[in-house]
Amino acid sequence: MPIDVHQLDDGAWISVDDTREVNVGDLWWLARQDCCPCEMADFLAEGFVEVGVDPPAIEARIAGQCIACGASGVTSWLAVGRVIDGEFHAVAPESVHVPRRRTRLAGPE
Amino acid sequence: MPSKVEGWKDEVYGEEVREHLFEFAEKGWEAIPEDEHDAWFERFKWWGLYHQRNGQESYFMMRIGTPNGVLEPGQLKIVGEIADEYARGPVDNPEFGGAYCDWTTRQSIQLHWIRIEDVPDIFEKLEANGLSTIQACGDSWRNIVGCPVAGKDKHEHVDAWPIAEELHEEFKGNEAYENMPRKWKVSVTGCDEGCGQGDINDLAFEPAEKEIDGEETMGFNVRVGGGLSRKEPRFARDIDVFCTPEDAPKVSAGMSALFRDHGDRDDRFNARIKFLVDEWGTEKIRETLQEEYIDYELPTAGEDLREDYTYNAGRQDEHGDHIGVHEQPDGNYYVGLDVLVGRMGAEDTLELAALADEYGSGEVRLTQRQNVIVTDVPEDDLDAFLDEPLLEEYSPDPHPFMRGSIACTGTEFCSLSIVETKNRQVRYARWLKDNVALPDGIEDFHVHLSGCTASCAQPQIADISLRGMKTRKDGEPVEAFDIGLGGGLGEDPHFADWIAMRVAADEVPGYIQNVLAAYEAESADEESFREFIAARGPVHAQHEDDVVPLRRRGRYGRPADARPRRRHPDLGRRLIREHLRVRSDRRRYGVG
Ligand code: HEM
Ligand code: SF4
Ligand SMILES: [Zn+2]
Repeated sequence: MPIDVHQLDDGAWISVDDTREVNVGDLWWLARQDCCPCEMADFLAEGFVEVGVDPPAIEARIAGQCIACGASGVTSWLAVGRVIDGEFHAVAPESVHVPRRRTRLAGPE
Repeated sequence: MPSKVEGWKDEVYGEEVREHLFEFAEKGWEAIPEDEHDAWFERFKWWGLYHQRNGQESYFMMRIGTPNGVLEPGQLKIVGEIADEYARGPVDNPEFGGAYCDWTTRQSIQLHWIRIEDVPDIFEKLEANGLSTIQACGDSWRNIVGCPVAGKDKHEHVDAWPIAEELHEEFKGNEAYENMPRKWKVSVTGCDEGCGQGDINDLAFEPAEKEIDGEETMGFNVRVGGGLSRKEPRFARDIDVFCTPEDAPKVSAGMSALFRDHGDRDDRFNARIKFLVDEWGTEKIRETLQEEYIDYELPTAGEDLREDYTYNAGRQDEHGDHIGVHEQPDGNYYVGLDVLVGRMGAEDTLELAALADEYGSGEVRLTQRQNVIVTDVPEDDLDAFLDEPLLEEYSPDPHPFMRGSIACTGTEFCSLSIVETKNRQVRYARWLKDNVALPDGIEDFHVHLSGCTASCAQPQIADISLRGMKTRKDGEPVEAFDIGLGGGLGEDPHFADWIAMRVAADEVPGYIQNVLAAYEAESADEESFREFIAARGPVHAQHEDDVVPLRRRGRYGRPADARPRRRHPDLGRRLIREHLRVRSDRRRYGVG
């Protein structure tokens, strides 16, 4: 079944199959990222700018700010969770994530 | 590719959302198909309903748009009754109790904990009394704002209230403008103090004069593309158009059609007209307006009155915020009452409505500073009115920190928020009142607190701006604020300069204390805070490590034996930076 994912309330949420799953306001640890010079960005998610699906992963580009160095930016694509047997499982923002440059097109929006 | 929201809007939007809303209301919350929640919640916004944050499933925020903040006699009572009956959540707010109204920064009313099942009854009651939630949120003409005492003020150049009313009539429920790329915020002001806050709206009419056919004509100059959200604040820009009061609907129609047709529907983050003005420049905006949307020749701008603007202008002769007792041209008085962070319990709201009836005409107005005004009080009744117990809580003569505090909705109900806002601002204001001195003569000091960069509390136009953030303390994430200084409106509006980033919430009051200690100690006679900051030069600091540590002081809670530093020859500048001393001596202030 295709997974329906979009951002809601002007970037406050990632909605997966019409359930609000990932909210702004969390701190994400990002390694090998290009938003700021920090080796590990301590990245406050302020808005989801783009969302996409790369089954089973739900991915997003997040606008926000590294609270370690103060740089603002938009991340490359990050897995924010996975859909397994129709159920969404969020990743833990406080574990380490590695954004990647995405080669294929994102889903709608 | 048009955004998903555009797709939903193409299916159902505008007026017709109401039928569906009522159908769901009748069948109950469960009737909204789960896989259509997102689409319907987006559409409900058009009718003023905004689904609250996660964990508050099935509850809505409801916004009532009152043009120019005017509540006609009898209307406030209706609002109070609705709040009392329908705006009760499962838990009380520790500061404000079980049911309350929020007076907003755009002269609207917000109620919370509304259930969809109650919407038809609420609408019926509102509409029977001339009130409505139509287009209070969503992508369309929002509530029209203006000088809150339009028609009742001695400082008036043109009475803009009839025009605001006309635009409200014309553009609410008007199919041609019901589906815009994004919100559309309009300000119409005729007073010469600048209290319409036109500079931060998408479309602003501000008073001006022009000679037309040999005759001095009163009317408006037109500005376009103001707004505060997303760390991309813009002041509205002058498009060199003068407009008579009669032509205001035409120019409004033209401008909003231009935005409707040319605004960005692919990327909601880029959709506001401020970005179109950035992209096109004001000349192309004017040209397109003239050529495609207006059937008469637009006069060039007239002479404006901006030089005289005193509202939030950072001047000593501030007309201020309409708080206090002021004479109307008809010899009656209006009395502005301070409502801390704009929130008033339902009972107090009903009491206020009764007092307005008893002492005034029953009319009550809402300001863009989240306060209320009772109008039309005869001189003979003033004393008795001022003696009413309710005015102890909502004072016409409040302490500057109580008076100047504004806060947005925040984590209590809003999904975008990073931090708690209203209750925190209440604690901050009380603490500042008890602990911090201001120079003599300062009656009004603006501290605006917003939970995120959407900037609903208009932080950038305050003396002290607080914007929700996070930081870490001992490795743990805690709520924090970016702090800005010296913003305001007036002839030369200025956005606050962000000078300290990510200050933990419990350190913010002490931080403000230190800034104000410098102001109190060093400001010249009669120097406003904004002038003080401007004269010393804004201090930009991306983060605290860019900021040089400064001299410490004993008087204001800092260690008296601290080593004085003399690294900066410019004392004033150094003092401003002083409060940025936020390393080893970071301390809690008992409020956070
Ligand atoms: C649940 C979410 C939200 C709540 C509870 C909320 C609340 C408010 C309130 C109470 C006001 C003043 C009232 C009025 O417009 O009549 C306001 C104004 C404003 N809102 Fe929001 N808002 C929300 C979402 C947003 C979003 C998503 C944005 C932008 C991306 C935004 C941007 C603004 C701005 C910029 C203002 C006022 C400043 C101006 O006039 O430019 N708000 N909001
Ligand atoms: S400023 Fe942010 S947190 Fe505050 S009400 Fe607006 S959107 Fe919500
Ligand atoms: Zn960083």
